[in-house]
Amino acid sequence: MLLIAPLLFTGVATEPATAATDIIPASALIQPAQLASELKAKPPTILQVGFSKLYQQAHIPGAIYAGPTNSEAGLTALKAEAEKLPRNTAIVIYCGCCPWNRCPNMDAAYTTLKAMGFSNLRALYIVDNFGQDWVDKGYPAVMGQ
Amino acid sequence: MTHRRRFLMGAVTAGFVSTSVQALQKLKPGTIAPAFTRTGFDGKPVNLAAFKGKVVLLDFWASWCAPCVIAIPHFRDWQARWGTQDFQVIGISMDDSASEARVAAARLGVNYPVVMGDAKLAIAYGGILGLPVEILVGRDGRILSVWHGETSPETIEKAVKAALG
Repeated sequence: MLLIAPLLFTGVATEPATAATDIIPASALIQPAQLASELKAKPPTILQVGFSKLYQQAHIPGAIYAGPTNSEAGLTALKAEAEKLPRNTAIVIYCGCCPWNRCPNMDAAYTTLKAMGFSNLRALYIVDNFGQDWVDKGYPAVMGQ
Repeated sequence: MTHRRRFLMGAVTAGFVSTSVQALQKLKPGTIAPAFTRTGFDGKPVNLAAFKGKVVLLDFWASWCAPCVIAIPHFRDWQARWGTQDFQVIGISMDDSASEARVAAARLGVNYPVVMGDAKLAIAYGGILGLPVEILVGRDGRILSVWHGETSPETIEKAVKAALG
């Protein structure tokens, strides 16, 4: 699907009026500033559903690696992590590998968790990538496996 | 102090990292491009230092990254057009799976060396925290330009032409 997306080099990511993916509703999105605020109070369970080399360089403190969900192996890893959780757990999934409307992981992760019955599921809205929209903004991040 | 440096200092305090506190500082123009040697997909060693005297475009990409895949035909064309004028593209795949990267590189018909990247190399280059990332290195081995995220090929081409002189 992504490879047949319009072949445009806009140079600038614009915020969509609704969720940029086909699957995730705008009502399920959480902005980086909001999540950073929640980290100080009552952090949700955070699942990084992207690629391991990105996670190893920087990830949100406490985030569990459960990906990449563009692959069967990644979806299996996500399901294995999610199975441990009560279905009313507040979960935030995120990736940030590339621009929001190009991400190959978020839709699959959201769909899978919804199908498992998670009712309090949100998706971190990263417009461009994790570096620019999280680390460069000064939000907390750590490095490691 | 940059956010990235603050992040690293915090991370070190928390005991999360083994790399230096300056490791994720964004590379600025004028900085010497960090050295690396990796085995290319063709089995031959790819040593950045061996390309000194050439203008080098480092393309951090992945097979799953749509903007990266879209850009590769441009890099392929530039390599064909300017390869004899001391221009060299080096692809650095951030795929988790080398086999997927190899298949994609073959499908895309890349005509330049491609190696596998990892977190260590990415950190040396200031953190590859999203793709694509393009880094233009001058003949003297110093960084000329860095582009994070989807970038117009015209922008990169203009910089390459200027560097080639």
